[in-house]
Amino acid sequence: MAQPLVKKDDDRDEEVEYSPFFGIEKGAVLQEARVFNDPQLDPQRCSQVITKLLYLLNQGEAFTKVEATEVFFSVTKLFQSKDLGLRRMVYVMIKELSPSADEVIMVTSSLMKDMTSKTDMYRANAIRVLCRITDGTLLTQIERYLKQAIVDKNPVVSSAALVSGIHLLQTNPEIVKRWSNEVQEAVQSRAALVQFHALALLHQIRQNDRLAVNKLVSSLTRGSVRSPLAQCLLIRYTSQVIRESANNTQTGDRPFYDFLEGCLRHKAEMVIFEAARAITELNGVTSRELTPAITVLQLFLSSSKPVLRFAAVRTLNKVAMTHPTAVTNCNIDMESLISDQNRSIATLAITTLLKTGNESSVDRLMKQITNFMSDIADEFKIVVVEAIRSLCLKFPLKHRSLMNFLSNILREEGGFEYKKAIVDSIVILIRDIPEAKETGLLHLCEFIEDCEFTYLSTQILHFLGIEGPKTSDPSKYIRYIYNRVHLENATVRAGAVSTLAKFGAMVDGLKPRIFVLLRRCLFDTDDEVRDRATLYLNTLGGDGAVVETGADVKEFLFGSLDIPLVNLENSLKNYEPSEKPFDINFVPKEVKTQPLAEKKAPGKKPTGLGAPPPGPPSTVDAYEKLLSSIPEFSNFGKLFKSSAPVELTEAETEYAVNVVKHIFDSHVVFQYNCTNTIPEQLLENVTVLVDGSEAEEFSEVASKPLRSLPYDSPGQTFVAFEKPEGVPAVGKFSNMLRFIVKEVDPSTGEAEDDGVEDEYQLEDLEVVAADYILKVGVSNFRNAWESMGADFERVDEYGLGPRDSLAEAVNAVIDLLGMQPCEGTEVVSPNSRSHTCLLSGVYIGNVKVLVRLQFGLDGPKDVAMKLAVRSEDETVSDAIHEIVASG
Amino acid sequence: MELCPLIKNILLLDSEGKRIAVKYYSDDWPTNSAKEAFEKAVFAKTQKTNARTEAEITMFDNYIVVYKFVQDLHFFVTGGENENEIILATVLQGFFDAVGLLLRGNEDKKEALENLDLILLCLDEIVDGGVILETDANVIAGKVDSHSMDAGAPLSEQTITQALATAREHLARSLLQ
Repeated sequence: MAQPLVKKDDDRDEEVEYSPFFGIEKGAVLQEARVFNDPQLDPQRCSQVITKLLYLLNQGEAFTKVEATEVFFSVTKLFQSKDLGLRRMVYVMIKELSPSADEVIMVTSSLMKDMTSKTDMYRANAIRVLCRITDGTLLTQIERYLKQAIVDKNPVVSSAALVSGIHLLQTNPEIVKRWSNEVQEAVQSRAALVQFHALALLHQIRQNDRLAVNKLVSSLTRGSVRSPLAQCLLIRYTSQVIRESANNTQTGDRPFYDFLEGCLRHKAEMVIFEAARAITELNGVTSRELTPAITVLQLFLSSSKPVLRFAAVRTLNKVAMTHPTAVTNCNIDMESLISDQNRSIATLAITTLLKTGNESSVDRLMKQITNFMSDIADEFKIVVVEAIRSLCLKFPLKHRSLMNFLSNILREEGGFEYKKAIVDSIVILIRDIPEAKETGLLHLCEFIEDCEFTYLSTQILHFLGIEGPKTSDPSKYIRYIYNRVHLENATVRAGAVSTLAKFGAMVDGLKPRIFVLLRRCLFDTDDEVRDRATLYLNTLGGDGAVVETGADVKEFLFGSLDIPLVNLENSLKNYEPSEKPFDINFVPKEVKTQPLAEKKAPGKKPTGLGAPPPGPPSTVDAYEKLLSSIPEFSNFGKLFKSSAPVELTEAETEYAVNVVKHIFDSHVVFQYNCTNTIPEQLLENVTVLVDGSEAEEFSEVASKPLRSLPYDSPGQTFVAFEKPEGVPAVGKFSNMLRFIVKEVDPSTGEAEDDGVEDEYQLEDLEVVAADYILKVGVSNFRNAWESMGADFERVDEYGLGPRDSLAEAVNAVIDLLGMQPCEGTEVVSPNSRSHTCLLSGVYIGNVKVLVRLQFGLDGPKDVAMKLAVRSEDETVSDAIHEIVASG
Repeated sequence: MELCPLIKNILLLDSEGKRIAVKYYSDDWPTNSAKEAFEKAVFAKTQKTNARTEAEITMFDNYIVVYKFVQDLHFFVTGGENENEIILATVLQGFFDAVGLLLRGNEDKKEALENLDLILLCLDEIVDGGVILETDANVIAGKVDSHSMDAGAPLSEQTITQALATAREHLARSLLQ
């Protein structure tokens, strides 16, 4: 630094900034750490070395296990020094090294000594360190000191103990819960932060006791909480209480709303904001309740602090999704935020305005946005594009200016995600606003003329193939498409060939010209392009004759594949080349939901031995393999559907049994997965006696016993029934597990020779209508619905009676029908009073079924439902209604 | 735990985005390379903004980041996407001002590195395992700076230089306030 003569441009290397850590090296510092072992400690020097070690750790340098242990042991020597600064560094160092259990023992006594020291700083820090590194065993020894520390008159010590308690509650809840008296006392502390920490800990101790939380909240909302942070906590707890009690109180004023509103007048900004946010997030908030919160947020919008503006506009943005009118008062402030220096704030302001704006303000807004778009990052632009899309759907009359805007930004520079968002938006607008179709398609055509993203080009080509032939003048798109065949890579060329063929198949007038173009593609350098051209020419009759393309050819070439691609992929992988050709009809159509369900499940892991271990792999493929390997069942034909396992025993009983229902065309097979949870027993000859007296249409045809069922290794036994072909017979079955039990010597594991016959009652099992419907999704429900036609449509209305919520009613009907919800319509947005749910499935006999359910709240709790069914067979449509009527 | 305001990390970077001192309180970034990637992204996103008079704020990858710069020091505090922005800003202000007090107004990278021990202690006093410990800059700096003044140790054990240094610090601080 003190070299004024060094020339700036010349040698930047020599001008390296001065740093006390310049050229620092781990090995050397570890050597230096030997000073910790000196009999005469030099506190200043030791502090410096620790700082160097911490610097290395902070820069991401890793210590090996040996190095860390070595450093740890020498650091423990430093407890001899009385230097307070050094001791502080020692505390930090120990926390950073996170020693192992046997190392912790080395410092325990030193730390415990510090915990009882007269120096407050020692006590506070020793508590934090010890609680960080300890395991449960040590905790009982120091518990007494911790309880004392919680009510210590020094706030730093008290906070240290309380925060440590918050962390320990995760690992040793039963110990921390014993401190609630002391914590309660600390809540009354005069020190702001102590109050905050005490409240956080107290709530966590009691969080599973709703009544206690309720009491805590009602006493504190009346009292005086001094710390703003504690007040924020209290607001959060209050809104939780409001949320949970919402179901109990029907009408009248919301409890604690006055408290939240009062907090809007608090002097700390964080409290005001926390309260305003809590009010906007109340379930079913009324506009009267919203008003005061919106007013304070509006004040924040013109604050000089960016953080306040951001917080306010972000909250208002969320409110605008559900209560756009409540936010319109802020529109003027919001518009001035479009030019905010902070682009996050500007973007949030714009998207809020787009949500709240009315039809007349759209054009003005678009003008402002155009200037704004050029100087924000792609991620913000995507948000704006999505907002514009929903605006356009809201005001279809404005499609011209909005579509223009989209096509303009499509031409500008941008990354893949951004372009994809624009293209997706245009596609959605074309689909939903018929008047926007032709201009939209042309915009897309122009875009692919100069598009660097293969994925987008192929998507657009595919879309053109669907929509283009339906326009008034399909021929004008041909040029754009054929240009692709000349100018693009093989993937896009192949896509263009398919699109050309679609035009040829759909528009007879274009056929001859299309055939000429396709024939040119026969000489392409890429084999996929050539193959496609050949296929289309042959199937569409490219020998020159212009004939109308048959419906079956169209279906073959362009029909949708009603099989989930994952299943097709699996089946193709499993297919072994043989005489038998691959048959697409044998690919299972069931949508696999298993992996998702398993992902969600890890929370409830089987505990102990009582829990049934996971059965055999439950995918359709595996079931099919398993069943076809059993000779008795091999002539039942193709497996239609396998249900999810149904538990027939309580958890933690001696024998755990669940059943899977396999449905065939004229048979049903029950697969009982049994687990023996008693180590001293071996079960043999295990069968299930099924009484089908309440299932008249079923008659038992075969049963396959399980020869032996040793402890903790699951086995299966099967029972098969015959039923009328193609009929969705339902019925109830009672089950009895019968077996021969043999004692096992636990020491040798050998079973005795003699066994005793025994029985074990299982729960009943039902075959229901949903077992006969496969969950098969469709990608575009509206198209599928329209192409199915109204020939066999059956519509009727049902009252579902009082329900807890609309969502609960929707789920109940979905479960009853066992069909696949489409387009995410199984999710009911909170507070809505009506909902439409789309379902699709395949009924036994391979009949496609589509269902449109319209739910509405009728009175406070009563749910009414309109059910419209379309299928390829009117008896099936009737059958669906019967299921609902009887369910 | 989820109802309590939590801090995901506190970063102090230099004018090139390199670490001076960082502290992570969340498992969201399990490896050093994940941490470095996060720091790089935060720095790239914020370096063009002017966060010298008022704390600025941004949101990315579902985190909220509040930040403030002085000279070649860049201060960041990160929280989850549902965190109260103003609480995060309060923590940032506490850290920022405390460092200012501890460096006696000479807030730059050189001074920060020379007093890295104070900065690390400062971080240690602000947040413990994600839970906010203290947000008042004077209290934070006071706790860190009680340094080398062991009330339990007799005054005779302090060297003359130490005593002088302590006196100077006290003077400097009283002048600043």
